[in-house]
Amino acid sequence: MANVLDIRRRIRSVINTRQITKAMKMVSAAKLRRAQERALAARPYAQMLTSVLKSLVSRAEIYDPQTGEPRHPLLAQRQENNILLIVVTGDKGLAGAFNTNILKAGTRFLDSKTGKNVDIEAIGRKGRDFLRRRFPLVPKDVEQRTAEDLQHPEAAQPHERSRSRERAGAVQIVGEHVGVLSKLEFSQASDLAESVIKRYSEGEIDSVYLVHNEFKSVIAQRLVVEQILPIEQIGAAAVRQAEELSQKEREQAIKAAQSAGVGMRRTDRSVDAEAARFGSAPVDYIYEQPPSELFNALLPKYVGIQIFHALLESVAAEHAARMTAMEAATNNATDMIDSLTLAMNRVRQAKITKEIIEIVSGAAAQ
Amino acid sequence: MPDTFQLEIVTPEKLVVKDVAGEMQIPGKNGYLGILPGHAPLITEVAVGEISYRNNGYTHHLAVAWGFAEVLPDNVTILAETAERPEDIDVQRAEKAKERAEQLLKSGNTETDYARANSALQRAQTRLQVATEKGK
Repeated sequence: MANVLDIRRRIRSVINTRQITKAMKMVSAAKLRRAQERALAARPYAQMLTSVLKSLVSRAEIYDPQTGEPRHPLLAQRQENNILLIVVTGDKGLAGAFNTNILKAGTRFLDSKTGKNVDIEAIGRKGRDFLRRRFPLVPKDVEQRTAEDLQHPEAAQPHERSRSRERAGAVQIVGEHVGVLSKLEFSQASDLAESVIKRYSEGEIDSVYLVHNEFKSVIAQRLVVEQILPIEQIGAAAVRQAEELSQKEREQAIKAAQSAGVGMRRTDRSVDAEAARFGSAPVDYIYEQPPSELFNALLPKYVGIQIFHALLESVAAEHAARMTAMEAATNNATDMIDSLTLAMNRVRQAKITKEIIEIVSGAAAQ
Repeated sequence: MPDTFQLEIVTPEKLVVKDVAGEMQIPGKNGYLGILPGHAPLITEVAVGEISYRNNGYTHHLAVAWGFAEVLPDNVTILAETAERPEDIDVQRAEKAKERAEQLLKSGNTETDYARANSALQRAQTRLQVATEKGK
């Protein structure tokens, strides 16, 4: 049996670990709160954009009145041969199954699209590392962007892509974005959207999907694969795959949120309702530009805001996942300290008993 | 007729302005627009430029880059990709961006994306311009 000193040392180390996980939980909770606020602050813009686009759809005759065919290329469905998949994971680990689950969903999506060419844009270091290992063949001109480039977005020239470039395989990584999630700005999402739209309209890709963790609140989150392009219906997410939290995960998340003091309420709907009136008042507007022109200028922004939203929610979800994981780790550490303390007391007691027996039997032998 | 209107300026990141204004100027895509209370309903794209509005005899300035405005008789809402108050503008960064854009334009390199560099230059110039109007 181990001696008391060893066990005591072990307990001390577990206590230290518990201190770290506890601190990490509180830090994640604070970051989660901030991320939630940011996601909330982004809502009015998204809502307004959606509502004005919706009202423009009817005015600009975006859909052909006879055939019902959309006139804008970003709305038109076409044969799906080349797919772009945007995978949004976190930059850091220690967030429970957060990254793994996203990558699993992504892999499942890839399996469902076997036989087609899939390009991957990886956002987040964890996803990039995984995908690189899995699909090591990378075309030479992979766009690698680091936080440094992003500090001067104005000067960065968009990389020229040659369409004749040879594919490295049916599935390949075409873009990596690492370190952008900690200081997320709209310009990053809109740059990505711009490059995606460019590739889409040049016919390099036929559809764009986004795998990410949707986050409405701590208890309302799910893992989704969403179709970004072609846009099926403005204002409604075209969800292809969705996975809700399991009952157990939800309970754990609730517990962690309660102990860290994070609100679990869904966001206030009245803000949305007010924003939804934007650009759709029942009056005859003077359009400074023809409605179709406005529509064409706005639609790419819509794609950008969708990506931005997904990123914001993913960041919030990552912090929530880390908070939950750290809560569990703290509890486990407490359990471990308890059982180690018990073991230590037993050992100590056994030692005392043994000593008494020795003394007693020594006295009896005399 | 009321002599003010509600003004809201929204960016993807936050609500920048929620205020009451007596008059304002918007850099429309087809030129600057002056808005007074009771303006006819109007929708326009907003170009890179400077928004200014008056409120209690005090003029506020903001630098905006691409946006979209809805004008109603008693309400003006602007969706802008960026909207910065003079005190939020990073003058050094704007100056650097301006230099970079100017160099790109001067370099005569055929690979330069002129439209992009040009709009970057415009954005930087607007920011610098607005920054100087701080507290006027």
